Amino acid sequence: MHAVILVKQVPDSSQIRVHPQTGTIMRQGVPAILNPYDLYALEEALQLKDKYGAFLTVLSMGPLQAENALRKALSYGVDEAILLSDRAFAGSDTLATSYALAAALRKIDSYRKIDIVFTGKQTIDGDTGQVGPGVARRLGFQLLTYVQEISHVDFNKKTVMVHRKSERGIQVVASKLPCLITVLEGKKTIRYASLPHMIRAARAPVKIWNRLEAGIEELSKIGLKGSPTVVGKVFAPQNSRGPAEKLEGRNPEETCTLLVEKILEKYPEMEKKWV
Amino acid sequence: KKIALDPKLAEYRGIWVFIEQEEGIAHPVSWELLGRARYLATTLEVEVAAVVFGESQEKVEKITAEALSYGADKVYQVVDPALCDYRSDPYTDCLVNLVRKYKPEILLLGATALSRDLASSVATLLETGLTADCTELSIDVESRSLEATRPTFGGSLLCTILTLNYRPQMATARPGVLPIPTAEPGRKGIVIREQMQIDEEKILTKVLSFIPEPYKTAEKLSTAEVVVGGGRGLKQPGHFALLRELADLLGGEVGGTRPVVQAGWLEAERQIGQTGKTIRPKIYIAVGISGAIQHRVGIEKAGMIVAINSDPNAPIFDYADIGIVGDFLEIIPALIRVLKKRQSP
Ligand SMILES: Cc1cc2nc3c(=O)[nH]c(=O)nc-3n(C[C@H](O)[C@H](O)[C@H](O)COP(=O)(O)OP(=O)(O)OC[C@H]3O[C@@H](n4cnc5c(N)ncnc54)[C@H](O)[C@@H]3O)c2cc1C
Ligand SMILES: Cc1cc2nc3c(=O)[nH]c(=O)nc-3n(C[C@H](O)[C@H](O)[C@H](O)COP(=O)(O)OP(=O)(O)OC[C@H]3O[C@@H](n4cnc5c(N)ncnc54)[C@H](O)[C@@H]3O)c2cc1C
Repeated sequence: MHAVILVKQVPDSSQIRVHPQTGTIMRQGVPAILNPYDLYALEEALQLKDKYGAFLTVLSMGPLQAENALRKALSYGVDEAILLSDRAFAGSDTLATSYALAAALRKIDSYRKIDIVFTGKQTIDGDTGQVGPGVARRLGFQLLTYVQEISHVDFNKKTVMVHRKSERGIQVVASKLPCLITVLEGKKTIRYASLPHMIRAARAPVKIWNRLEAGIEELSKIGLKGSPTVVGKVFAPQNSRGPAEKLEGRNPEETCTLLVEKILEKYPEMEKKWV
Repeated sequence: KKIALDPKLAEYRGIWVFIEQEEGIAHPVSWELLGRARYLATTLEVEVAAVVFGESQEKVEKITAEALSYGADKVYQVVDPALCDYRSDPYTDCLVNLVRKYKPEILLLGATALSRDLASSVATLLETGLTADCTELSIDVESRSLEATRPTFGGSLLCTILTLNYRPQMATARPGVLPIPTAEPGRKGIVIREQMQIDEEKILTKVLSFIPEPYKTAEKLSTAEVVVGGGRGLKQPGHFALLRELADLLGGEVGGTRPVVQAGWLEAERQIGQTGKTIRPKIYIAVGISGAIQHRVGIEKAGMIVAINSDPNAPIFDYADIGIVGDFLEIIPALIRVLKKRQSP
């Protein structure tokens, strides 16, 4: 029983500010954190460990500093951490990212068979939700996205049953291992790291693999070269309205009468719908 | 930026929209996309095609008629019992096969749970680029490239992403952002029925049951003509009752900012903004809302924005059409009285 959790280190977007004059992003001093959605993926995996004693590996692709995100995962009780890090990965879009992660997963699978890969729903920076499905397609694993609950797993019979969210409701689905599950946020409470795990996490080794160690020979599939999407321009959104016309200097009744008149001036048909 | 397109890729022609349906009901984002596809197709001088999958001819015909009425010139249909509920494998295989056979230059899908799953799967197998969650789609005339624009960094900036030397160019679009075109019922087009060899035995994922969600608040919000939004300025959850009364009078719905949702004052489905819903009502009334960028991106498409805030310097006044500086506890009851008086003078 072996599950791999994919995690990404991201800038804490609540602390990103945009320069008011130049419109550029001010990243300096913005702390890097473990993608918050990935914590739910970790929690699902940890519950499998609690129940079935599954071995857990956590894998991330990113710069060397991403080791911090992996240590955080170790502090929750993950068994092994691997960081895929190589200059050649820089500028990867989701297609190139899923290529590199799938290669590393194949390597992991070669020495410890993988039953389930977990990912978050999306990240808070790239925010595409495309990496999980991409990895599943490349590995030929069953893809189960937006999973709210794993109701049953049988590692011997290689079956899994989940509740996954769709647009109009919940699908209850039976599938086969190996599979890749993208975990929906908020359904489970995330545990606290335990002291023994934290102590272990501080010292535990994080394996660092470059592209060759992950078995990637072809440079054309990774980094900028392997990325079909190209960022054109980055710009500040236009403000097509405002500043607001302020209705001032009257009592509330008069102000609101004026407001209603202004609304009806633009949308005279609205009045019929007011009940 | 100027890249001579590989001759093999230049064969790719036309714009496709995947029509998302569940239980025989099409997701409105499909029509939003058809409207935009029509516009892009005019620039490129190509056709717009819709792709409809389903388990019975009857259901697929109904959606086909709708797709034609919303502007598709052509509809590719795949009917097979295996396509009953959405499952990643058979849907992906069918769409990949269709693209390989007919070679569209652009393939658009909704940025919904279902279509994000499908789009990422298809893009990976076709080894092409996919731009996520777009709010704007246009064409760079010179290179015939799709310019797919999406918010980044919590909506504070936009970035335009291109897929240059790969085809098809794929994008998912955020629901509720692009306008739904006016339908022309009875509009005709070409219908192509594709046979696919789908072997149910080989599909490893089975849908055991479907638990429909009752009436979806999210849908009510995205179709409402009037939305009254409440923010942290309401001070306590009970004050949402005032906003509900106002919304009821106007035949509208209530929404709010993320902090009020996080505080449990309002259901999560009613959150408006970057990590909530995008709405496009005729009138949006923002009450006790400061106007953070993450909130604004969800309301930009409103016809008219009215802001009620006690702070004359609140940023919301820079992005609203009409502003009232004052305590909502005075303004909202007055507005309710004025409206009631109009109705029964
Ligand atoms: C503002 C911005 C916009 C972008 N837009 C696009 C776009 O439209 N199309 C596109 O192809 N690329 C885009 N990219 C590039 C994309 O963000 C990167 O390819 C990134 O490496 C992975 O995508 P994501 O962050 O969207 O991850 P998501 O697909 O949202 O991540 C889903 C899950 O996959 C796992 N995962 C993701 N990345 C890693 C990783 N490096 N290591 C381990 N696990 C991981 C995590 O479990 C995560 O929860 C964009 C980047 C930025 C900064
Ligand atoms: C990654 C990320 C995603 C986010 N996504 C979203 C999102 O989807 N949607 C969203 O809304 N936010 C989102 N946010 C949060 C956003 O940044 C703001 O914090 C939030 O919108 C502010 O909410 P507010 O206007 O209700 O509260 P505040 O900013 O606290 O504003 C309250 C306002 O009420 C006014 N007020 C106070 N008393 C009164 C009174 N008596 N009468 C009238 N006015 C009064 C005050 O002057 C003030 O302007 C996100 C943030 C991050 C980091």
